[in-house]
Amino acid sequence: MNRIAIAANPDVEVRPREGRTALRQLAAIVLFVLAVGCVPLFTASGSTLNFVMMALYATLIAQAWNMLGGFGGQFSFGHAMFFGSGAYIQAIAQLQGGINAWVALALAIAGAACVGLATGALSFRYGLKGSYFALVTLAFAEVFRIVALSVSFTGGGVGLMVPLREAPSNLQFATRSGYLWVMLALVAAALLVTWWLRNGRFGAWLQAVRDNEDAARAVGVNPFRVKLGAIGISAAFMGAAGAFYVQVFQYIDPAIAFGPATSIEALVGAIVGGMGTLWGPVLGALVLHLLAELTRNLFGELPGLNMVIYGTVLVLIVIFLPRGIAGIGLSVRRLWAQGRGGPHG
Amino acid sequence: MFDFDILFSSVLNGLTTGAVYALVALGLTLIYGVLHIINFAHGAALMLALYAVYFLKTQFGIDPYLALPIAIPGMFALGYLLQRGVINRAGHGRDENILLVTLGISIVMENLALLLFKSDTRSIDTAYSLATVEIGPAMIAVPKLVAFAGALVVSALLFWIMGRTDLGRAIRAVAREKEGAKLMGIDVDHVYAMSFGIGLACLGAAACFLLPAYYVNPQVGGGFVLVAFTIVVLGGMGSFVGALVGGFLVGVVESLGGLFLGESLGQIGIFAIFIGVVLFRPQGMFGARE
Repeated sequence: MNRIAIAANPDVEVRPREGRTALRQLAAIVLFVLAVGCVPLFTASGSTLNFVMMALYATLIAQAWNMLGGFGGQFSFGHAMFFGSGAYIQAIAQLQGGINAWVALALAIAGAACVGLATGALSFRYGLKGSYFALVTLAFAEVFRIVALSVSFTGGGVGLMVPLREAPSNLQFATRSGYLWVMLALVAAALLVTWWLRNGRFGAWLQAVRDNEDAARAVGVNPFRVKLGAIGISAAFMGAAGAFYVQVFQYIDPAIAFGPATSIEALVGAIVGGMGTLWGPVLGALVLHLLAELTRNLFGELPGLNMVIYGTVLVLIVIFLPRGIAGIGLSVRRLWAQGRGGPHG
Repeated sequence: MFDFDILFSSVLNGLTTGAVYALVALGLTLIYGVLHIINFAHGAALMLALYAVYFLKTQFGIDPYLALPIAIPGMFALGYLLQRGVINRAGHGRDENILLVTLGISIVMENLALLLFKSDTRSIDTAYSLATVEIGPAMIAVPKLVAFAGALVVSALLFWIMGRTDLGRAIRAVAREKEGAKLMGIDVDHVYAMSFGIGLACLGAAACFLLPAYYVNPQVGGGFVLVAFTIVVLGGMGSFVGALVGGFLVGVVESLGGLFLGESLGQIGIFAIFIGVVLFRPQGMFGARE
């Protein structure tokens, strides 16, 4: 199965020793987590830690999108609905249920996954794909936004404020490093799940469905169930990101929760980095976040100019790096392999 | 609960709004039907057209309706150049790339407007902005009535181009069978750019009809995009009749939804229609199943 999926997809290099590659990837994930986890030990600078934390946050949502979009080929334009569901569950559970923030986080993840399963079941049951799936997710997110704006328990347009009670048991930290580590743990989980998608059986099914749904069905894969699983996992991580957002900023409103900005940030990070790869969304999120920060600092006093540059660079990246940033590494490795005389390394 | 008069005027108002929606959706459905791309820059392009009409009025004193012969070719040229110069180059045969590029273009356009014109909401004053006419028990603003008639004329023109001219035949040929059209000697890249140009030209017309009774700010396009997508899907992607009928329908639903459910929740009717159509009749009212 794994071979079929990989052979059918030109983006994935064919390599003889899959097992060793998988182990090497796992080691890279551990190294990455250790390296980023050590950052707060070397600096106490609030702006540096804040930057790392927000870059990790961007990585999390890009990687979450990648699980469904990159590995499953299902282009969602409404990932904000899972993000926002997680955020509102996190806020409402604490405000109205008096539930501990860590328990609320678990509820937010589970709740967002349920929203993913429900919308996924509806969309995939009726065989939506391509543009139709993209548009229906966009519409779902809009429905969530309008409902959040209109009902009372979300606080309507005013939004919800979570009171400041700084304590680790409360998932609120006095310094940025606490948030950074929580975020890093979530990113590590996302990377491990992505690693599993890349090397495990479920991921092989998912990639087979992405590459050719009929062929996958012919060899006994149930496309509906596989896609449903992918959207559930993807939504769970978006929900975690939403809950984290509420803990950091102590505020949520319908536009932040369900507006298109988060959906776009997630998919742009994944596509610019390289869909269906392990490190692509990490690179994409980092590069875009760096770019956004840089232009904001340079041109912050001229509203709009930073986003003009951001948009221009986005267009240029798409024109010159059609396979995303991770595609550079792939091309280099292919050239290297050809230089050594072997067609596949 | 509601008497007939209120209902009647609400439906009439919805129809006039729907006419402008239809114009926006016609451009979007043409681009989707021929290029098979979801043009996320559509709303931003409408916003640019609105600014153009606004400045033609405030700087040069050109009435919005008289600006039609400037706005339509201007938007056409913008669309042609964007497709040929940017979107075509970025495709690399991958749909997600085209999608990202149109997204990038819309980010650039919206923020360029923010940078140059600030976030102020602007509107224009004309002698007829506040004029109304009575139709039965309803009062309808004159600009809305003009927009309604204008949208019908522009749609008729578009139908004529698509049905009766060589360009229309070439566009239909490319939409149906790209490779075959190429073998027949049709310049596919040119037809793509023409389609994108015509799609944006519809926005130029929509802007001229819209501005006298509406406003412009850098974010104004966003609201139209989702509505236009709804109409395109409702009518059947790529169907012109569908876009026209869908536009009117969505205009009326929005108007009635606002009447019965209030401003903010009223919009939900549009998305409920959208999700229902996508799930149960994805080919739309007038589209053929793929």
